[in-house]
Amino acid sequence: MSGVLEKQELKIVGTRPVRPDGADKVTGKAVYGGDYHLPGMLWGAVLRSPHAHAKIISIDTRKAAALSGVKAVATHSDFRESDDSDEINAGETMIDIDAAAQMCLAKDKVFYDGQPVAAVAATSAEIAAAALDLIDVQYEVLPHVIEIEDAMREDAPVLHDDMFTQGMPETPKTASNVSMRLEKITGDADAALDDADVVVTRRYTTQMVHQGYIEPQSCVASVSADGQAQIWCSSQGAFMVRSVAAAITGMNLSDLRVVPLEIGGGFGGKTTIYLEPVALVLSRKSGRPVKLALSRDEVFRSTGPGPGTIMELSLGATKDGILTAAVMDLKYQVGAFAGSGCGAGVMHALGCYRIENTRVTGCDVVSNMPSTNAYRAPSAPQAEFAVECAMDEIAEQLGMDPIELREKNGVKPGDPSFSGAPLGQVAFMETLAAAKSHPHYSAPLGPNQGRGIAAGWWVNHGGESTVMVSINEDGSAVVATGNPDIGGSRASMAMMAAEVLQIPMQKVRPIVADTASIGYSMLTGGSRTTFATGRAVCEASAEVVEILKSRAAMMWGVEPDQVEWHDGEARCTAPGSDEAPLGIKQIASQTAKTGGPINAEIVVNPHDALPTYGVHICDVELDRETGHVSVVRYTAVQDVGRAIHPSYVEGQAQGGAVQGIGWALNEAYVFDANGRMDNSGFLDYRMPVASDLPMIDTLLVEVPHPTHPFGVKGVGEVPIVPPLAAVTNAVSHAAGMRFFDLPLTPDRVYAAINSQS
Amino acid sequence: MTYHAPANVEEAISLLGSQDNAWPVAGGTDLLVQMRSGRIKPGAIVDIKQIARTMGTSAKDGGFVIGAATPCTALLKDDALCKAWPGLVEAANLIGSVQVRNRATIGGNLCNASPAADSVPALIAADARCVIAGPQGEREIAAAELPAGPGRTNLGKGEFLVEIVLPPREAMSSDAYLRSIPRTEMDIAVVGAGVSLSRDKDGVCTQARVALGAVAPTALLVADAGEALVGSQLDDSALAKMEEAVKAACSPIDDKRGTIDYRIAMAAVYTKRAAKIAYDRAGEGA
Ligand SMILES: Cc1cc2nc3c(=O)[nH]c(=O)nc-3n(C[C@H](O)[C@H](O)[C@H](O)COP(=O)(O)OP(=O)(O)OC[C@H]3O[C@@H](n4cnc5c(N)ncnc54)[C@H](O)[C@@H]3O)c2cc1C
Repeated sequence: MSGVLEKQELKIVGTRPVRPDGADKVTGKAVYGGDYHLPGMLWGAVLRSPHAHAKIISIDTRKAAALSGVKAVATHSDFRESDDSDEINAGETMIDIDAAAQMCLAKDKVFYDGQPVAAVAATSAEIAAAALDLIDVQYEVLPHVIEIEDAMREDAPVLHDDMFTQGMPETPKTASNVSMRLEKITGDADAALDDADVVVTRRYTTQMVHQGYIEPQSCVASVSADGQAQIWCSSQGAFMVRSVAAAITGMNLSDLRVVPLEIGGGFGGKTTIYLEPVALVLSRKSGRPVKLALSRDEVFRSTGPGPGTIMELSLGATKDGILTAAVMDLKYQVGAFAGSGCGAGVMHALGCYRIENTRVTGCDVVSNMPSTNAYRAPSAPQAEFAVECAMDEIAEQLGMDPIELREKNGVKPGDPSFSGAPLGQVAFMETLAAAKSHPHYSAPLGPNQGRGIAAGWWVNHGGESTVMVSINEDGSAVVATGNPDIGGSRASMAMMAAEVLQIPMQKVRPIVADTASIGYSMLTGGSRTTFATGRAVCEASAEVVEILKSRAAMMWGVEPDQVEWHDGEARCTAPGSDEAPLGIKQIASQTAKTGGPINAEIVVNPHDALPTYGVHICDVELDRETGHVSVVRYTAVQDVGRAIHPSYVEGQAQGGAVQGIGWALNEAYVFDANGRMDNSGFLDYRMPVASDLPMIDTLLVEVPHPTHPFGVKGVGEVPIVPPLAAVTNAVSHAAGMRFFDLPLTPDRVYAAINSQS
Repeated sequence: MTYHAPANVEEAISLLGSQDNAWPVAGGTDLLVQMRSGRIKPGAIVDIKQIARTMGTSAKDGGFVIGAATPCTALLKDDALCKAWPGLVEAANLIGSVQVRNRATIGGNLCNASPAADSVPALIAADARCVIAGPQGEREIAAAELPAGPGRTNLGKGEFLVEIVLPPREAMSSDAYLRSIPRTEMDIAVVGAGVSLSRDKDGVCTQARVALGAVAPTALLVADAGEALVGSQLDDSALAKMEEAVKAACSPIDDKRGTIDYRIAMAAVYTKRAAKIAYDRAGEGA
């Protein structure tokens, strides 16, 4: 069917219509997780560990249970006993059910300040809070460890006595905090480094960072007397919620229906769950619906941020600027449980460039902080930050333009990918060229200003999706998907369907269906939805067009291949026919006579997602007296395949850039001496505010995906990759000295400048 | 917990004196946050916004009176106040965001007794006086005397702040306030610096008061920093002397918002910058 679409002149794809979910959002009517209420609903509350690391000796909930108004109390013992091997595929990450259960309610140990220990449900939020004060938990406090290098020491407190480093030639016999090691080798990197004309050897660090979604997690669960249950919540995937909640509580998937509500941001952070199994248990025990909602403090202390890193890199090149060697070691601070670490870092680190001799090693280190989770292009921004900073230094040492250095070494279609298979229609070269000729790149700089550029890439995913397109009897259409809309995907789905059906977009209503109303769909993540689910929308719409044509043929008494579909109507091409065209409404209103309802359900599982590339240009101004860095101009250039709704693609590029600027300038977790988080709010966990930023300019580079019906590539994640290095390189140029450690807070920059002079 | 909104000063005094664990509330932008976090658990809240004297600004005896419950954004509407005390008005209008400032007051900022409160160094530099009402009648103290330490004031039981009084302004006088924050807004001062000064026609500084926030348990008046400027045209050597006096006065803590070294260094930088702005403003009328 791609052939059909290529011939069409696009009428809707590429335009900027009002989004179908817009009116409710701007008028405050949209129902988010926190807005949902049911009659008779109870309020849940969660008791959390005040310790960073402790053994739970006992939990006495009797007094809390006896408090008037308290209807249920839950602890880990209310969960199903899980097997160690239970894992659920959540797109970019695997969810270990045993660990996920402990992040909902601790088992026999607590591993971080804020880990849930017990929960109550009561007739009011005040009673629930009062009941928490009545729960008596006896702990044996253990020494804790936070920083990567401390956790790797031989005498470090070991979090999990069954953690034996995976990925070694021989699995060690003693437990440690290193959950896994990885190595990827091509050629002979050490020899090539020796032969290189220029070598940059540096150590870089980044901090653990939170996604900072504006909506804290929130859910309502209701379990019926016969064991069937429903959950209403916002997440990146209702099917993921169903899988994990059912596995933790021991339910059949068919007994659990998850209804997705509007989501106020996820950025990877809502690809796992922290509340739903607890709400299910409390509802099962009380017989009433139960609501659980996190506060911002709880979000910071108990949900998964992206990992911090320590990275060592030696990058070598010839004097002509050909990269010849890279040796890189990546240590990821993954928090309390294994996972979400160096895998994608090792894969992405050097993936923008052709380098013959490489050795990249990585390891994941657990420590007493919230277990990390996906955060937009998970693990790639850190690793590529190191590489892009080193690239800048190589360019400087060679006296070469930094974009030219990247053009000399950047990957092209047909070059080997990480897996060895040749790369498809990648557009890194086009993106670099667009950045180079952008007026920003040659604009003059003011005093104390510096310009940095950096590139980045992300692999992007395909994955399983189900879509149903139904034609209503008035000729309008409904597009149902199983993918929560976190970035405007409903608009894109409606636009693609309307384009194929050749009807106005306003006649197509996109919905996000619940888990009982549509077939399985992998969660919204990996920049997969507009690509994979969008492909299913196109195929389902095309199938509907075929049905419409055959119905028209039936109504005319001609063969289906004597019908053509134009402008939302069937035209008869049978020789000698003078039939007037049949509009979609005329066909749809006659279905009772022509074979029943017109709809099509399509499943897809594409594996041909293409990586995308970004090149960002950043100007900063440095206040040398205070160390304060202001971003004064920023341009994000990005390879996007084809932008279905350009505004939302630009929005993704802007949002990614802003989050990356936050990582670069101010964001970090602060722990006190007892390992308690000391900045669990937006006041002291400093994401950028609007006045910190200039308008983020974007330039979309459109090199369509050759085998996607509309040429779509994933766009949501790559824009967070380049900013860390783009900002850092800009600050380095403004200051006349190099920076290696994020975030570049005013006091750190001030100290660095003053220790130099 | 009970809520009261007395209509006059006497009623407020009696409620504050008689109710168990009673707290005055003006804008509530500190009090409500502290209640929610569990840091305080008031038995009674006495809302002072219905008392006429606590609301609005007015000129008096050549100076100004600011009602203790006047929202920060309301200060911007008093042109004469803005002209005479631009630094104080800008300090009050650095607090939080517009939404916060539509509620927040300088009275609350002062009585909350945070060492980092933004309007307080500006009030101290301005030599503002506080009119306090209580069971024993009314008394007046200097703004610098009201905070006693982090979160503590020198207000007695039943007492509350009714008005803030700004002294008459000489010709060619002005003030300025600057703060160091990692971002550009929605932040707490790592250092705050308020300077109020007067100059003569030759540009010679005749009087100067320098006050600092976030570098000691309460906001500080640094008398010798002000004196360092007097008699100068804010040349480099006078400014250097002022910076030394500022640094010597700082006794900050190391915390998540700033290190001791950084705070001391920034106190000097921001005071210097504030002094120059105040000096230029004072000269504008010349
Ligand atoms: C999002 C946000 C951002 C903020 N940003 C800043 C900032 O940038 N800079 C800054 O300095 N502050 C900031 N604050 C703190 C706060 O807004 C200010 O301190 C504000 O000036 C407090 O005024 P209020 O009228 O709201 O005080 P309230 O909350 O009403 O009172 C504060 C305290 O003072 C007492 N009190 C109030 N009025 C009187 C009175 N007349 N007599 C006796 N006691 C009284 C109260 O009992 C309470 O203890 C911020 C707060 C928030 C929520």
